[in-house]
Formats: sequence, C-alpha cells, structure tokens
Amino acid sequence: MCMAKRTLRPKVLAIASGGGHWVQLLRLRPAFEGCEVIYATVRDGYRADVGSAEFRLIRDGNRWNKIAVFRSAIGILWLILTVKPDVVISTGAAPGFFGVRFGKWFGAKVIWVDSVANAEELSMSGQKAGRFVDLWLTQWPHLATSKGPKCFGSVL
Amino acid sequence: MIFVTVGTDLPFDRLVRVIDSWAAETGRDDVFAQIGEGGWEPSYISFTHFLQPPQFIERFNAASLIISHAGMGTILSALHYGKPILVMPKRASLQEHRNEHQLATARHMKEIANVNVAFDEIELRESLDQIATLSSGRQIGSYASESLIAGLHSFIHGS
Repeated sequence: MCMAKRTLRPKVLAIASGGGHWVQLLRLRPAFEGCEVIYATVRDGYRADVGSAEFRLIRDGNRWNKIAVFRSAIGILWLILTVKPDVVISTGAAPGFFGVRFGKWFGAKVIWVDSVANAEELSMSGQKAGRFVDLWLTQWPHLATSKGPKCFGSVL
Repeated sequence: MIFVTVGTDLPFDRLVRVIDSWAAETGRDDVFAQIGEGGWEPSYISFTHFLQPPQFIERFNAASLIISHAGMGTILSALHYGKPILVMPKRASLQEHRNEHQLATARHMKEIANVNVAFDEIELRESLDQIATLSSGRQIGSYASESLIAGLHSFIHGS
C-alpha cells in the first residue's frame, strides 16, 4: 500500500538557497505536477512565493564559514529524516547540495539542476553532486558530456 | 525610478560609486539602491543595506530600470516582467563575490537574452550617459523551457 501511494503521488522536496537559486527552483514548478511538494529555502520572506504549498525554513551556509555550514547541514539532515521525501531536487547551492546528499543516503531519488549562472563551468557543488545524483543536469548544452551532466533545457 | 541592487551577499562599491556620482552630476533624484553590508555608503542617492523579499518586489515593480550585479535572480525577474536591466559582473578577484562565475553569466545572458552588460566602471558610466537607449531583454514566460519541465516530470514519475 505504501508503494502504491508513492507511485501515485511522489513526495518531492524542492530545496535551494536564496536569490537566483530560489528563483530558478520556482521556475521548475510545473515539473512537480501530481506530486506532494515541500519547498525549503533560507528566508522566511520567500514563503509567499509558494502559495498554499508546504514551506520549510532552513539555515544558509557556504564553504567559507565552517560553523554556519555545519549548522545548516544538521538542519537539512533533520529535514530529510522528518519529511522522508521520495524525490529531492535542487538548483543549489550548499543547502541544496546537503539536501541531495542526505536524500540519497536515505533512499530518495535525487536531482541536481546546476544554476544557469554557471555558464562556463559547473558549480563546485554541482561537480561534487555529479558523483552520486540520479539525474545530473546543466542548463548549458556546451557543458553537457556523454558521461554527464545532461542538458534538457534551461529555466529561461 | 531606478532600482539598484547588489545582491544579498557582499557589497559592490564599484557599481554604487559610479551610479552615485552620475546621479549627483545629472541631478537624478529617483535612484534607490540596495547596497549590501559593510561597503561604501553613497552620498547622493537613497539606499538601504538589505531588503526583505516583499520590499524587494515593491521596489522592483516600481522601477523603470534595474541596475544590478549579474545575479540570475534579478536577471530572470527583469526578463520575465519586461523591465530594462543593466548588469555589471561582480569580480571574485576584487572580493566582490566568492567565485568568478558572474563574468560568464553576464557574457552569456548578453548573448542569449539581450541583457545590457557593462563589464567595468567605464562601460557602466557610458551606459548611464546613454540611459534612454537601454531596452529590455528577451521576454520570458513564468516557467522553465518545456523540454526541461517535461524531462524532470517524466524522471520524477518514472520507476
């Protein structure tokens, strides 16, 4: 019964940091049609962007601040354990990386869409995520290779 | 109104200084800037350090021109709402950002979406001096390309 429910209406955790990463994640919304979606990002002011969908606040963190990044990671680990998503999708950056990393550990199908800002090389998070994600995407055809990432299109 | 935004992370003094002196010299009194934390503070134009998303949207909607760092959030919003936008890339080598990707972003957005780009302070001042010629970029819809949406949708629902 549990499996049937999963197949019918997958639970998707859509997670990103603020600014451009968040704007890009929102532009993917039609892809989540037929899913139960939980949005997670770093600023409460973005709550209005998702209407009645479920919204979770997470801490931001980047690799230049070790304490902040650790606290961010712990919060995202907790998010994964409590939400138990079937799918985790992120457009970056560090919080999104933790989302797909922990999601994969706990059995979710995980997707990385590298930010369109990375037009000449993949982001550092995107390069690392490429080693384990189930679907690894760049938005620039010239960055796609036969070994991945693939390019399906862009947020534009 | 001209709305200037440098993103939430780090200040962008090179951009703000040029705009402030241009506004002072030309008497433009309708410039509002979000300048980030810990940088140089303009003497002529109005500014704030940080804007919450609802206030950001309000300023954005009221503007007839957006001048910003080459951040994709602002660029995508400007293209979607058909606002003229002028961007100058932040440089990691000048401690304005953590990596050098904005140069690439600016170059490619100019090419595929007709975004106005000033690569340095001289080009920024030249663009400001011909402000009437700045047009909006390529209009985009509310969502990502159909092929990206379809690919993600089928992957999510696939076995």
